[in-house]
Amino acid sequence: MTSKLEPVAFDEMHAPDGSVRSAYVALANWLDQVPKDVLDYRRREAEYIFRRIGITFAVHGQAEAQERLIPFDIIPRILAAKEWSRLARGLEQRVKALNAYICDIYGKRDSLRAAVVPEELVYRNPVFRPEMNGHKVPHDVYVHIAGIDVVRIDSGDFYVLEDNTRTPSGVSYMLENREIMLRLFPELFSNHRVAPVESYTDELLATMKSVAPATAPGDPTVVILTPGIYNSAYYEHSFLADKLGVELVEGRDLFVKGNVVYMRTTEGPKRVDVIYRRIDDDFLDPLVFRPDSLLGVPGLMSAYQAGQVTLANAVGTGVADDKAVYSYMPQIVKFFLGEEPILKNVRTWRCREPEHLKYVLEHLAELVVKEVHGSGGYGMLIGPKADAKTLELFREKLKQDPANFIAQPTLALSTCPSMVEEGIAPRHVDLRPFVLMGSDRVCIVPGGLSRVALTKGSLVVNSSQGGGIKDTWVLDR
Amino acid sequence: MRIRVAHETVYRYELPAKSAIQLLRLTPRNHDGQYVVRWRIEVSEDCRLDPFEDAFGNLTHSFTVDGPVSELRIGVDGEVETQDTHGVVRGSLERFPPSLYLRGTELTRADAAIAAFAEETAKGAEDALGRMHALQTRIYETLTFDPDPTHAATTAAEAFALRRGVCQDYAQIFVASARHLGVPARYVSGYFLRADGKVAQEAGHAWAEAHLSDLGWVAFDPANGICATEAHVRVAVGLDSLGAAPVRGARFGGGGERLAVTVHVDQAGRQSQN
Repeated sequence: MTSKLEPVAFDEMHAPDGSVRSAYVALANWLDQVPKDVLDYRRREAEYIFRRIGITFAVHGQAEAQERLIPFDIIPRILAAKEWSRLARGLEQRVKALNAYICDIYGKRDSLRAAVVPEELVYRNPVFRPEMNGHKVPHDVYVHIAGIDVVRIDSGDFYVLEDNTRTPSGVSYMLENREIMLRLFPELFSNHRVAPVESYTDELLATMKSVAPATAPGDPTVVILTPGIYNSAYYEHSFLADKLGVELVEGRDLFVKGNVVYMRTTEGPKRVDVIYRRIDDDFLDPLVFRPDSLLGVPGLMSAYQAGQVTLANAVGTGVADDKAVYSYMPQIVKFFLGEEPILKNVRTWRCREPEHLKYVLEHLAELVVKEVHGSGGYGMLIGPKADAKTLELFREKLKQDPANFIAQPTLALSTCPSMVEEGIAPRHVDLRPFVLMGSDRVCIVPGGLSRVALTKGSLVVNSSQGGGIKDTWVLDR
Repeated sequence: MRIRVAHETVYRYELPAKSAIQLLRLTPRNHDGQYVVRWRIEVSEDCRLDPFEDAFGNLTHSFTVDGPVSELRIGVDGEVETQDTHGVVRGSLERFPPSLYLRGTELTRADAAIAAFAEETAKGAEDALGRMHALQTRIYETLTFDPDPTHAATTAAEAFALRRGVCQDYAQIFVASARHLGVPARYVSGYFLRADGKVAQEAGHAWAEAHLSDLGWVAFDPANGICATEAHVRVAVGLDSLGAAPVRGARFGGGGERLAVTVHVDQAGRQSQN
C-alpha cells in the first residue's frame, strides 16, 4: 500500500497491469526458476568477493564503522537498447553544454552578458576559480569525466538529479559489479545480450592522452593523483591506476621545475603530461590555493598555466555543478547548443529568490530541501518523512541563509526488483552513468552505477546513507 | 615624484634545502599616476624567472632552484614615477567586472562584529564614497598599529577582535567591511614612502581599493587614514592578502627556515642616511 503523500513509483520491471516489461522477461523467468537458497548462496559469495578484493568506502562521522562494505544487490537492473540510446544522447548533450558553459565562464562570458545565469551565482560561488580566468585548456575540454545522476519517474523520461563535474567517483563499482555478475551468473549472460562496460578503462586512458598538452611527446605520460590512503575513494584510485597501467602518485611524488611537472622514479625524474587528479582544487597547489595543503604540488598551477601539463578535470569545473546552477541547465543547454534539452530537469525552487523562498516555506512538508553545495545526502530535508521538529529546524535555516538552499518536489524514484531480507521486492534506484570527453569525441560506456535504497520506502540511495549498488545492464537490442 | 624601492627577501635554511620554488608578485604595472621607470628582480641562485600574468592582471614570476641551497635571496630594485590622483585609480588593467570583488574569502569574511561595525560606520554617510571614507577613518581610529599579535594568516575577523594589527589587517578589515556594505573591494600590496622620512621599513605596505560607480576604483589606506597619494607604489591586487602576496614559496628538505625582509623606500636622488 502507498500512502497518499507518496506518489506511485514507476516500476521498471512490471507494467501497471502486472505483466513483465519486455526487457525484464528473461530475468523474470530465471528468477521464477532459480531456488531461493541458490540466490542466497550467490549473494554471500558476492559479499565474500567484495570483502576479499577490499572494496570498501569510508563513512563520514561514523567512528565505529569507518570502513564499510557497500551492500551489493545481485539482481541486475536492465535498460532496453532504446531507452539507453535516448539517455545516452541526452547525456552527451548535457555534458557538452556543461563544458561549453565552463569554457565561457572562464573565457568570453557570453552567458553572463546575456544573463543566462546571474553573475552573482558565478562570481560569488566559492568553487569559482578566478585563477582560471582567460586560461586556455587543450581542445577546450574542461569536463573530461562527468558523472550525471539520473532518475526515472515515469516510462518516458529520465530526469537529471545532479551533475558531477569535479571528481565523480563510483566507476570502479560499475566495473567490479559487472565482473562479479559475470563470475556468479554466467547463465544469465548467455540468455541476455548485455553491452559490455569493460572498455571504460581503455576509453579513459585514450581520453586522457587525447588532451595532453601540445608540448608532450608522442606518447604522453598519464598519472593518477590521489590524496592518499585515507581518502574515501582511495580504492577506486588504485583500481583505476592498475587498470589503466599508469602510476598512482601522491603530491610528494611529483615536483615542478621550470614549469614542467616531473614524477620521481627509481630511474630519475620523468616528465608528466596529464594528471587525472582526484584531489580537490583547494589542495592542488599550496602556492596558489590553500597554503597549508600538503597533498598538492607546489608550482603545479604555474606549470598548468604555462600549458605544460593537463589537469583532468580542469580546475574550477565546480562552477557548473552546484544545485543553484543546476536549476539553470535547461537555459544553458539552449544557449550554448541551440537545442531543446533531451534530459529533463527536476523542478527546482531557488530559495535565494524571495518568491521561491515563500513557496518553499509554505510547502516545506511536501518538498526535498538540499544545500546548494551539499553532497552525499548530507544536510538534506525530505519533507514528507520529517517530523515537526526537523521541519521547524529547516524553516529557521532557510530564513537565515536562503541562498544556501534549493528545494525540489519529493520524487517517486522508479523501482527495480532487489534482493532484500524478505526476498525479492521493489526498491527505489537512481543511476550514475559516466561520460568521457576527449579532444574530438564524447564516450559513454553503456551502463553506469545504479544505486538502490535498500530500506523499504527510502528514497535516499547514497552509500553514505545505507544505500546499496547493483549492476546495470543495457541490452544490445 | 620619483620613488626608489629596494626590497630584499632572504630565506635561510637550517639544513640546505634540496630545492625551492617561488611565486613572485613583485612587479608593478603602469597606470594613470604611476609609471615604472626601471624595475629589476634578482635571485641569488642560478634560475630562470618565468613571467606570466595572473588572473587579476598582476605581473608574476615563478622560478625553481636546485639545491643544495642554504640561503635564498630575492632582491627587487626599481624606480617609479608617481602623481597624486586623490586615490582614484584609472588606466589599470582590469580582468574582471567589479562585481567579482564582492566575493568573500576566508581571510576577508565579515563576521558579526565586522558586519555591525560596517553598518554602524555607514550610517549618516550620504553616498558610497562617504561610507568608504568613514570606514577608512573609523578603522584608522579604532585599531592600534601593533606587529606582534597578528601574522600573515590572521583573518580580518581575528584582527578586528583584537583591535590591533599591521597594514595587512587594516586593509583586510576595510575590504571585509566594504563588501559587507555591497561595495566591491580588493586588497592592494605595494610600497609607501613615509612622510616622516623613515626610509628603512620592515615590510612592504598594503591598502585597499573600493569600486564606486561614478569614480571607478578608489584607493583607501586605512593604516594611514588617507586615500592613496603619490607616496604609494601599487604592485599587485587580489581578493585578500594571500591573493596579492608578494612572495609565496615552498621548498623540499632543509629543516627549519628563517625569513628576513628589508624594504627601503626613498625619493630617488635623495641621499639616504639609513
